[in-house]
Amino acid sequence: MSEHVMPKKLYFLVFAALIALTLITTVVATIDLGPLNIVIALLIGMSKASLVVLFFMHLKWSTRLTRIVAVAALFWLAILITLTLSDYTTRRWTPNPGTWETSGSQ
Amino acid sequence: MSEGHIIALAHQFEDLEQQREAASLGMWLFLATEIMFFGGLFTAYTVYRMMYLPGFDAGSHLLNIKLGALNTIVLLSSSLTMALAVRAAMLGKRRHLVTFLVLTMLLGLAFVGVKLTFEWHHEYVEHLAPGLDFDLNSPHAKGAELFFVFYFTMTGVHALHMIIGVAVMAVLTWQAIQGRFTPERYNPIEMAGLYWHFVDVVWIFLFPLLYLIGAHH
Repeated sequence: MSEHVMPKKLYFLVFAALIALTLITTVVATIDLGPLNIVIALLIGMSKASLVVLFFMHLKWSTRLTRIVAVAALFWLAILITLTLSDYTTRRWTPNPGTWETSGSQ
Repeated sequence: MSEGHIIALAHQFEDLEQQREAASLGMWLFLATEIMFFGGLFTAYTVYRMMYLPGFDAGSHLLNIKLGALNTIVLLSSSLTMALAVRAAMLGKRRHLVTFLVLTMLLGLAFVGVKLTFEWHHEYVEHLAPGLDFDLNSPHAKGAELFFVFYFTMTGVHALHMIIGVAVMAVLTWQAIQGRFTPERYNPIEMAGLYWHFVDVVWIFLFPLLYLIGAHH
């Protein structure tokens, strides 16, 4: 539980990792890797966010109920993004039937 | 002493443990709504980036990646001092608590200060404010203008969250000086910490999506 007092060393270690990841992602972003650039940037971002949430926000030591709320929030976010993109990315897969174009100006 | 007047356990709770868990659960539920608030912006950003990819790259390329990285480090440092403030509160170290809260506020204000004076002001002068006098000599100017709509909206609401966080911490610092927090009663410090770390997490995603995506062009 959150009552556990963590050693200072742990916080400094997490902080060092966060700074290292920030420097790495900044340098890697200046190299052209094509579509891999954004993938790497987001993976490093997710790693940093996980470190903050697990250690600074103590989710690693939280109750199951609190952890379920955190995971549910991410799950809802995934629904929002997935359903929205499933619309926008598939709109041009099939062309409208020719007759539809004139239906508005009949 | 004022400590004597503070009753650590509110009457509706069985014990301190239950009180602490209730506060933590409530805060995480609030943060879930915040995830959906920023999530809507991130989703809209993704959709428009897919539609105007060259424009978004051109817009991102105009941002100062060094200032973005510097501010990321400032904000991560403020998260460290906040975590140490919560730790000091748990241990009942009043002077450490006040010191770390003040450091967190100063780092937070430094972040907003850099944003305001070196970034937003600069972009305003360079005619990059969409809708006002946006002027960019590029075939992808329209897409870049849309990028800056997202840039100003997302960094704007993020900075607003930080200012609210600093205001909350100013009150908590005052209460800490008065000795209102003890190892039995430090929930407000811990909840403010959760909020501050969340704002940090939002920036952890804003930094790559706004500053890094156009850096290699």
